[in-house]
Amino acid sequence: MNGFVYLPDVVTLELDSEKCTGCRMCTSVCPHAVFEIENKIAVIRNKDLCMECGACAKNCPEGAITVRSGVGCAAGILNGLLRGTEPSCDCGSSGGNCC
Amino acid sequence: MNKKNDYIAGTVETGIGTVPVIATTWSKSDRWSTIKVRWSVGRMRYRVMPGLYAVGSPDRLSRVFVSANFKLSFDHLRRALNGINAWILVLDTKGINVWCAAGKGTFSTKEIVRRIRIHHLDQIVDHRKIILPQLGATGVAAHEVKKMTGFSVIYGPVKASDIKPFLEAGLRAGESMRKIKFPMAERLKLVPVDLFYGRYYMLLIPVVFLLLSGFTVEGYSFNLAVYSGWKTTVNLFTGYFTGCVLTPALLPWIPFRRFSLKGLSLGWLAAIFLAFSGFLGAGVIEMISWFLMIGGLSSFMAMNFTGSSTFTSLSGVQKEMKTALPVQIIMGSLGLAGWILTRFIDL
Repeated sequence: MNGFVYLPDVVTLELDSEKCTGCRMCTSVCPHAVFEIENKIAVIRNKDLCMECGACAKNCPEGAITVRSGVGCAAGILNGLLRGTEPSCDCGSSGGNCC
Repeated sequence: MNKKNDYIAGTVETGIGTVPVIATTWSKSDRWSTIKVRWSVGRMRYRVMPGLYAVGSPDRLSRVFVSANFKLSFDHLRRALNGINAWILVLDTKGINVWCAAGKGTFSTKEIVRRIRIHHLDQIVDHRKIILPQLGATGVAAHEVKKMTGFSVIYGPVKASDIKPFLEAGLRAGESMRKIKFPMAERLKLVPVDLFYGRYYMLLIPVVFLLLSGFTVEGYSFNLAVYSGWKTTVNLFTGYFTGCVLTPALLPWIPFRRFSLKGLSLGWLAAIFLAFSGFLGAGVIEMISWFLMIGGLSSFMAMNFTGSSTFTSLSGVQKEMKTALPVQIIMGSLGLAGWILTRFIDL
């Protein structure tokens, strides 16, 4: 059973294997084991597990990974909608219960 | 700031000045504060002073761990380092935990580089390695830190409690240490934050319902408001708790991937129980109205839990909200309109 998988086919993660040098950094930083090393370069094992945190793209020295990263948080997106900004988990100046 | 700073156990002298030594066990007040913070009491003021700290009696070969200045993050790290001699470099993340600070850009390459420089880390230790919590990787580019300071970033395990096995394995974190898990206990720890999300509304709205309950076709009855109105309070809180507590607790076992549907289905199950217990009134319109309101409320609160969950993506939540939010708003408004109607018209 895997009850911890979110919606399929929505994630914006892309890997350009041409640029990959096999440094394994993406496999170290990904909290959902989305990447694995095959024939000395990284491949995406299961894209739907990606939460778009952006750690892999940020830590790829070759710039081989792209993802539109951000918070997967309904309250944050609602905040952005109400204030006309990007989704943000800055829950305002009252700041009581922010993540 | 923690006024008493009772986590400071002494000081150690280094070539570049005095560094505070911190305790690796939690005091009573640490424990009590942790509970309060989980319940959102003083959450945004729960900070430690950024800077360099010592654990045990570290020397020039000791490991350097990097943390956030949210005290809960700092507390978990120092407890995990019990019995180890090490340095801790606390970044100024404005009192926000590692994961969220990395997302907001305060647990960042820039802040690490700045802290390495102002605390002269290169003069404190002979090696050139710093250990970061893995969840900080969202905000930090390891190769840039290396380029700017000469220090290599090593990403440690997700959880501080895995630090000892990580050290024993020669600074290697296996896949199980790298994956975020989201067991029941972790999910429930996050429930209070969401419970507090709507606290003002959940004080105000039930009162309005209670007052409105007094209206009948014949006029206003204060007795009715009291004697039957309390049921509306039960209904509203059932919807709220089903979305905030029950759905997170049962999360992986409820069918549907969308959190809004998970919340809706449990909300309706709860409404069925309420209907059979006579809480939803006798008329069909009133009952349908309650199903709409309880379902919509539970669905909305469950959807909010995406922010606490560890596996939802921005793209996914945006897709979910695009349909779920309008539906929830329509359910809530239709339900409210229907229920108010039944106050004044005998249906």
